[in-house]
Amino acid sequence: MLKINPSEITPEDVYINRRQFMKLGALALGASVLAGCMPSSGTETSVTSTANGIEAASQTEAVPEDLAAEQTSFEDITNYNNYYEFTTNKELVASLSEDFVTNPWTIEVGGMVNKPGMFGIEDILQKFPREERIYRLRCVEAWSMVIPWLGFPLSKLLEEVEPTSDAKYVRFETLLDPEQMPGQRDSWFEWPYIEGLRLDEAMHDLTILSTGLYGKELLPQNGAPLRLVVPWKYGFKSIKSIVRIDLVSEMPTSLWMAASPNEYGFYANVNPEVNHPRWSQASERRIGETGRRPTLMFNGYEEEVAQLYAGMDLRANY
Amino acid sequence: MVDKFWQNRYRFFHLLVHLCALFPLIWLIWDFSTDNLTANPIQAATLRTGKAAIVLLVLTLAVTPFYTIFGFKPVLPIRRTLGLYTFLYVSIHFLIFIGLDYGLDITLLKGAIFEKRYALVGFAAGLILLPLAITSTRGWMKRLGRRWKQLHRLIYLASLLAVVHYIWLVKSDIRQPLIFGLAVVLLLIARLPAVRRWLSGLRRCIMIHTPKLASFFHF
Repeated sequence: MLKINPSEITPEDVYINRRQFMKLGALALGASVLAGCMPSSGTETSVTSTANGIEAASQTEAVPEDLAAEQTSFEDITNYNNYYEFTTNKELVASLSEDFVTNPWTIEVGGMVNKPGMFGIEDILQKFPREERIYRLRCVEAWSMVIPWLGFPLSKLLEEVEPTSDAKYVRFETLLDPEQMPGQRDSWFEWPYIEGLRLDEAMHDLTILSTGLYGKELLPQNGAPLRLVVPWKYGFKSIKSIVRIDLVSEMPTSLWMAASPNEYGFYANVNPEVNHPRWSQASERRIGETGRRPTLMFNGYEEEVAQLYAGMDLRANY
Repeated sequence: MVDKFWQNRYRFFHLLVHLCALFPLIWLIWDFSTDNLTANPIQAATLRTGKAAIVLLVLTLAVTPFYTIFGFKPVLPIRRTLGLYTFLYVSIHFLIFIGLDYGLDITLLKGAIFEKRYALVGFAAGLILLPLAITSTRGWMKRLGRRWKQLHRLIYLASLLAVVHYIWLVKSDIRQPLIFGLAVVLLLIARLPAVRRWLSGLRRCIMIHTPKLASFFHF
């Protein structure tokens, strides 16, 4: 099984010298291929095999992966979007969301917390220092990207409001505004978009709230001004343009769970062994590439998150 | 009776059908060469050839009922043209899926086609169309005689499978595939003997009440 250190943070100077960095990455890749696919200490990738990971390992060629060198182009990230609040046509989201008003913007954080509050987007930007997180994004439709997010751990915001001991889940809600979001005039789905996480998932360091990508402010098509990013789950879990966050005791029902309960579950962890009822999740197309890549367990973040689901039947809890 | 005037008009009509049927392919190649095929070009090409195929399939099915209602004979040879174009798009659709999308990776393809019902019914629909395309020539028509017609009725099954394929592959909103399903079902119903008789009665009705239309279709 390929294990990758996912939370690598690219310092700004490295990020700016990306071309050089990419060349280095390509060199490292070439060198390790020459070395017969032996993991070289020069790259951050290590290959280990686990007892039950042998099959997966034989599928997954031990090619070291350098996420920073694999970033999907800004053009593709901002023009190929699933954002049904605007349209189901991925190419049209960018133009339809052009005039979406993201300032002023307030996020209400409440529910089972000691200190509920309203946060203006500017308070959030001021209060929580942003860092870059280069994450894989795996869509449930079997395509993927690598995105350099700017954001901060969700746990920082949750600590601020102090969840009570009754709080077990976090429920997120997107803006409901059919005037600005033409897709919401279509009543096929039950708007607004709702998503949820278990509290321990929400507190995990990999879970971030993002306000930017590629060093720039987030654009509306990517969920401006504030969106969730949970890299080990299918993309639809990473809810966009959040206006409300509630700590609750019961498992929230997400929009996709309500729309198609036997196909979209609460957990929605990326898992190549648990197929969508109608299509295979074993492989994916990385946007910008022609071939298919094998999908990684927990989208490559197994080492960091597998313990959250210890003892759970991942087939039943899809 | 088809006179010179009608022959010319019919030729022009047939040429138009060819151009329209080729349009999605030309458009696809154009978008591909100008890098306008979204960030996920292979998927876009698969979806677009699939859409073209199902539209052409429905049009193929529509020819016979159209003839039943309007009695316009020159429309009948169009059925074969449309059917063959359907097969062309189905073939491209399938080749993109196995060749470009899955890179002919047998292990992945086995999982993708045989374990997934949407791919399986699509594959079955395509397989059904293969003998129909092969036996679409005049020679085969003669050779098979009465059985030719029976064989070519398999298109009814193929179109139902194609609609199911479409319904099963969309993420949640099945309204568009259902429109295709409705079209297919209506066009199949139009073939039931009782309905067909009623439709040709309708033709006589049109003939009496709208002489202009009747003369256009050369009743």
